[in-house]
Amino acid sequence: MTNLPVSFWHSVIIIALVTVTTFITRAIPFILFPEGKEIPKSVEYLGKVLPSAVIGLLVVYCLKNITPTQFPFGLPEIIAGAVVAILHLWKRNNLLSIGVGTILYMILIQTVFV
Amino acid sequence: MSLVIILEKQNTYRAAYKAAFPHTLPVLTGYLFIGIAFGVMFADKGYNFLWAGLMSLLVYAGSGQYLAVNFFDPSVSLLQVIFLTFMVNVRHIFYGLSLLEKFKVSGKKKPYMIFSLTDETYSLYFLTKTPENVDEGKFLFAIATLDQSYWVIGSIIGGVAGTLIPFDSTGIDFAMTALFIVIFVEQWLQKKNRFPAMVGVVSSVICLLIFGKDSFILPSMIIIMIILLANHRIEQKKGNATND
Repeated sequence: MTNLPVSFWHSVIIIALVTVTTFITRAIPFILFPEGKEIPKSVEYLGKVLPSAVIGLLVVYCLKNITPTQFPFGLPEIIAGAVVAILHLWKRNNLLSIGVGTILYMILIQTVFV
Repeated sequence: MSLVIILEKQNTYRAAYKAAFPHTLPVLTGYLFIGIAFGVMFADKGYNFLWAGLMSLLVYAGSGQYLAVNFFDPSVSLLQVIFLTFMVNVRHIFYGLSLLEKFKVSGKKKPYMIFSLTDETYSLYFLTKTPENVDEGKFLFAIATLDQSYWVIGSIIGGVAGTLIPFDSTGIDFAMTALFIVIFVEQWLQKKNRFPAMVGVVSSVICLLIFGKDSFILPSMIIIMIILLANHRIEQKKGNATND
């Protein structure tokens, strides 16, 4: 325990703060719109369309570290990502698309684009 | 009599876990490995597997915990800890908005369902349909708890094994990206989702270019909300006009 970068209790406080803050961000909508309270039409609409928009945001979020101007120009992500999408359109098998895409990506960044 | 009820209850939970498990396999692969990576990173900082396991049990956030590893440093203030955690998790506010209805079936399990709302678990809720013979509240709970167990186990393995992983796992976290692409494709195949999906991608890319990779999430969320709400207004007006 002596080699921790900050004290034991300081570490405990950090974990507590991260725990509470994370939970609050997840709970905000449920606090604002508790069961029984009528949900405004616009919020109901957002609830329906946001999942698709958020998945779009998450895909971009996952690819945010690409630098198109520098080697490897994001090619491993583009190639593996395209394979996932095409394979999925073709076979519609979640595990197959994700498995093949991930292995391909690992091979690409470990052996091809080093 | 009560024994019969208890047995029946166990059976339905068993059915829920049985039905949920295959759907969680992509998350199993992804979480085990990014969990391991977290355990290794945290061990490098001087925190053993117990700390890693504790944090994955209490915090349970992928990118949040990766970021949090940097908080264990005398130069980072507690206020910064709160602010940065909020910023990296702010997208979660969206998730709850689309689950207000769905979680009504969860009853006593609801606080845990809210706590365990990670990107991957949220995505699975929209990728999977509850089988007819399984209780929906239990099915969603099974997905949530299975996912977290992978995450906790991964972090502990990472904390124990440290750098002793026998193969080069660089790039394994692409499993998560692949999962999101698969869900994106699934959503895209339903025509009604195409407009919001486009709004999501285009707004995020534009904000990424303007604000940079460390601070584009919040502006993207605001712009997405504004565009979608404006679209809702227009649709409503159109509806009213045709009614007149």
